[in-house]
Amino acid sequence: MNLQFLADGLITGSLIGLGAIGVTLTYSILRFSNFAHGDLMAWGAYAALTLLGLISALVGSVAPIGVLSFGWPLILAAGLSMALVGGMALVLDWLLFARLRAKGQAIIVVMASFGASMALRSLLEFIFTSKPAYFSRAIQMAMPVGLGIRVTPDQIVLLLVTLALVVAMHLFMERSQTGREMRAYSQNPALARVVGIDVARIVRATWMIGGGLACAAGVMVGILVQIRPLMGLDMLLPMFAAAILGGIGSIPGAVLAGLIIGLSESAAVQLVGAEWRAGVAFAILMGVLLIRPTGLFGVAER
Amino acid sequence: MIDLLGYGAFFLSTALILGIITLGLNLQWGLTGLFNVGIAGFVAIGAYTSAILTTPETADRIGGFGWPMLAGWAAAMAVTGLAAALTGFATLRLKADYLAITTFGVAVVMQLVALNAQSLTGGPFGVAFIPRPMAGLADTPVAFNFANLAVVIAVTLAVYLALEHLSRSPWGRVLRALREDERAAISLGKSARSYRIQAFAVGGAVMGLGGAVQAHFIGFIAPNNYLPTLTFQIWAMLMVGGSGSNRGALLGTVVVWAIWVGAGAFSSAMVPTDWQARTASLQIVAIGVMLCLILLLRPAGFFGGRRKR
Repeated sequence: MNLQFLADGLITGSLIGLGAIGVTLTYSILRFSNFAHGDLMAWGAYAALTLLGLISALVGSVAPIGVLSFGWPLILAAGLSMALVGGMALVLDWLLFARLRAKGQAIIVVMASFGASMALRSLLEFIFTSKPAYFSRAIQMAMPVGLGIRVTPDQIVLLLVTLALVVAMHLFMERSQTGREMRAYSQNPALARVVGIDVARIVRATWMIGGGLACAAGVMVGILVQIRPLMGLDMLLPMFAAAILGGIGSIPGAVLAGLIIGLSESAAVQLVGAEWRAGVAFAILMGVLLIRPTGLFGVAER
Repeated sequence: MIDLLGYGAFFLSTALILGIITLGLNLQWGLTGLFNVGIAGFVAIGAYTSAILTTPETADRIGGFGWPMLAGWAAAMAVTGLAAALTGFATLRLKADYLAITTFGVAVVMQLVALNAQSLTGGPFGVAFIPRPMAGLADTPVAFNFANLAVVIAVTLAVYLALEHLSRSPWGRVLRALREDERAAISLGKSARSYRIQAFAVGGAVMGLGGAVQAHFIGFIAPNNYLPTLTFQIWAMLMVGGSGSNRGALLGTVVVWAIWVGAGAFSSAMVPTDWQARTASLQIVAIGVMLCLILLLRPAGFFGGRRKR
């Protein structure tokens, strides 16, 4: 078996994990599985594409950094779109989810997220058509790194960026006051209110972080593969599977599970064939639900 | 005039077939409160099962057993019901979200099987030459359309009456009790999980029947018929009609389907060709926004009235 699958799996897996952080946070804090999370990813990628177009129109073409396929305009565009998508998630919550949450039926919120997901995705198809788009048309040469594995400079850099984001997220949740409050609220909402935690602030932080990370993952998929309106829908099942395998609410769990799913997917591509790739996440999901529904690091829900 | 009548019969048949699927969803969601996001997957299971069993023998794929049509429909119900029961078995002891995620996965996997298991499903080319009911009348289109409509009405009516009967039976009462007050129902000795799995399986079987009838009505199936848009349309139909009421489900189906077909006809007549793909996506946006508005403003639907307690 060719060891190349390790590199490919690690990269897709880290992107799945990055998206799964948002899924697991919304589930543990807002108590619903957000079917629109994948579409936040796709919107992030298209927002960055649009901003990149604007920046290039303003300053002209900029040489890419070193051996990478992109330069500072894309980094700037990605940063801005992370804020934009976080804001979009807030607006969506204010318009739709918050009102339904107030009515108290959790599953209605899931249904609304499903409706919102269809609408958001089709809106992208309306604006940008379903034709794939690219940040850059340049083709990168993959360099050998030993053991018969080849990677592109983009892949290495984005893997490091993902690692940095995950570590930052972990430190934020463990060390910062907001992170501590978010964990407290997810463990016991009633008690968290009693000790004076500002719930509205927790909810805002959850959406900003979830939306921002979804956008980052979307932009990276855009750099490494391509940008399509359906890119978020295709990532949705792996992200849900990662959030559940990792244990709902656990950020390290979501990332580790993302890596496991990414690696199994690329192993399956070699063993069974690329066309069955999307079935891997489902197989893992069913396995977890039947054997250990709390996942790797989850605690049983009360 | 006669053409128009023929078209009316055709429209009503397609609408009522979707109505059968909506009735299945109403049993799962309206009566039992089980959230299914993989309707397209279950419909596909039914359609492919019946198609594979009833088509004449073909060289390039497994199947083509030439079964009688009714046997194909019964098999479609059995296989889809079993798939739904398995899905329920794996998830219904957990929180409701897990069922939603798993059904979503079922739809993804069915799409993969339909596209890639060439030797069974014909891959992207689908399955053709599915026997059609009343095929003897195919030479006179109007008579053919009306004969088909009669078949579809008969099936829809049978499903409707069976579901009405079920929902009024002691079995249906337990489901309603579980939805309204789970703890009280459990304290009376009813196993929540077992009843929910049963309801999910029966609802799935009805969806499978809808898929099979649709396949035989069109005579040809392909993976593209079973995209997430179908799931979404069925949900919109049930929510417009008002979940919980079988009559509302059928009425909602006809209304939403009329809007859908009307908007499609409008766009193909008025919109330049290169913009038609875009207006098609706008149609879905509109339905999505409508679904969210109904959830926000009229959770009981337009025809459902107040939910009986």
